[in-house]
Amino acid sequence: MEEKEELKVSKIAEGTVIDHIRAGRAPLVLKILGIEAGFPDSVIVAMNVRSTRYGKKDIVKVEGQFLDEEKINKIALISPQATINIIRSYKVVKKDQVELPKRLVGIVKCPNRNCITNSPEGVETIFHTEASAGGPRLRCHYCEESVELAEVELL
Amino acid sequence: MTAWRGADLISIRDLGREEIEKVLDRAQTIRPDSSLLRGRVMASLFFEPSTRTQLSFATAMERLGGSVIGFSGVEGTSIQKGESLYDTIKMVERYADVIVIRHPLEGSARFAADVAQIPVINAGDGANQHPSQTLLDLFTIRRFCGRLDGLSIGMVGDLKYGRTVHSLATALTHFEGVKLRLISPPLLRMPPRILEEELRGKIEFEETEELELSDLDVVYMTRIQRERFPDVEEYERVKGAYILDLEACRQLKPEAIILHPLPRVGEIDPEVDRLPQAKYFEQAASGVPVRMALLSLILLG
Repeated sequence: MEEKEELKVSKIAEGTVIDHIRAGRAPLVLKILGIEAGFPDSVIVAMNVRSTRYGKKDIVKVEGQFLDEEKINKIALISPQATINIIRSYKVVKKDQVELPKRLVGIVKCPNRNCITNSPEGVETIFHTEASAGGPRLRCHYCEESVELAEVELL
Repeated sequence: MTAWRGADLISIRDLGREEIEKVLDRAQTIRPDSSLLRGRVMASLFFEPSTRTQLSFATAMERLGGSVIGFSGVEGTSIQKGESLYDTIKMVERYADVIVIRHPLEGSARFAADVAQIPVINAGDGANQHPSQTLLDLFTIRRFCGRLDGLSIGMVGDLKYGRTVHSLATALTHFEGVKLRLISPPLLRMPPRILEEELRGKIEFEETEELELSDLDVVYMTRIQRERFPDVEEYERVKGAYILDLEACRQLKPEAIILHPLPRVGEIDPEVDRLPQAKYFEQAASGVPVRMALLSLILLG
C-alpha cells in the first residue's frame, strides 16, 4: 500500500486489506465477503482513491476476517488486479496478488438457461479459464458456453 | 485426447487432426463383422427422439455383432417418474459397455461422461454438440473430394442456430488451406463468438448473402429450423431464403458435392436429387460406417 492512501483511511489491527480493487467495484467485494447490514466488525471502504498504478482504485479493509480460497477466487473474477494483504498487529505479514484459477467450481452461474447446471439435476457449475485476444474468458465445462469476465454472474 | 480406447466422445473441440483421421481411416476400411463386438452392449439413451442418429448407432452396433438396449423418448421410463440423469447413468453403466446419449439439455453428455465409469458418446446435447455428425460430414467430404486440405467449402442457410455447421467449421480448422464461404441472410449469420473464438486466425473465411457457388468444392446446405427461433415471425421472414434448385446448381463445378445433414424441408428441390453432385443420401449412409468405426475404436482400440 502506498503511504499517501494510508493517511486517508485508518489502519486495522488484525484482518485483511484488499487493495487495488478495480475502481467502483468495492460494493461487489463487500457482497463477496458477505458484509451487509448487521455485520459486527470494523470495515473500512475507500472508493475511487488515487492509485499510481491504475489511476483510480477501491480499497476494502476488514477487521478480523481472513479470506478462504473461494472468496479470493471470486475477487479475482471481478477485479483481476486486486492484492490481498494479511494484517497482524497493524503490520502487513503477507501480500498476494489474486490469481484467476484455471478451474472455478460452484462460483459462477452459467448464462445459458438450457445448460444442465441451470436444471433441476443439481449439477454444480464448473468453468475453465481460457486466454483470448480480449483478455481471459471463462468456458462452461458442460455446455461450452463462453463468458467474458465483465459479464460474469456470481452464484 | 490421445488414444480412442475407453475414451468418451463429447465435443468436436476435444479432437485434433490425428484423432479425426483415425476415425475416418477406420470408417473407410471397416466392414460388417458379427464377431467383432459380440457380447458387447450399447446403451442407447435418447431422452428426445432422433430417428437418423438413433437408428444408425443401433445399426452400427448390430453390424459388428453387439447388442443394443435403451429407450427413445422418456415416455414410460422411470425418468418420467422423476429419476435424475445421474441415477439413470449410474444404473445403465452397470448394464452396458458404452453409452450413447441424446438429451435436450446442453452439457448433459459431458455430465454423463464425468459420472459414468464406461465410455460415453454424445449423440446431441441440446444446441451444443453432436460430434459423430461432424465426423460423418468430414468422412463424406473426404470420400468424394479425396482430401480435406485445400478445399473451398460453402455453408448455406441457417448458420446462426445450425449446430452442424458450427462444429464442421471448427473441425475444418485442423486442415490446411481450407476456405469457408458463409452464405446466409444477415439474420442468420454465424454467431460472432464462433467467428472470433473458433475460426479467426485459424481458417480463411468470408461472409456473404449471395448464393455464389461456382468455385466451391462442397456446398453444405442447412435447414432453417422453426424450433430454434424465438418467434414465428422471424422464422417466416427468412424461411426459404436460400433454396438450391436446378437453376442454382448450374453454377456448380462438375466435381462439386452437395451435402445436407437432413431432414430437409424444402431448401433442396427434389429435382436436384438426380444430379451427380447430390451426395446427401450417401452422407446419411456414412453414419453407419463412421459409427461402426467409433464403437470399434472406443471399445477395442
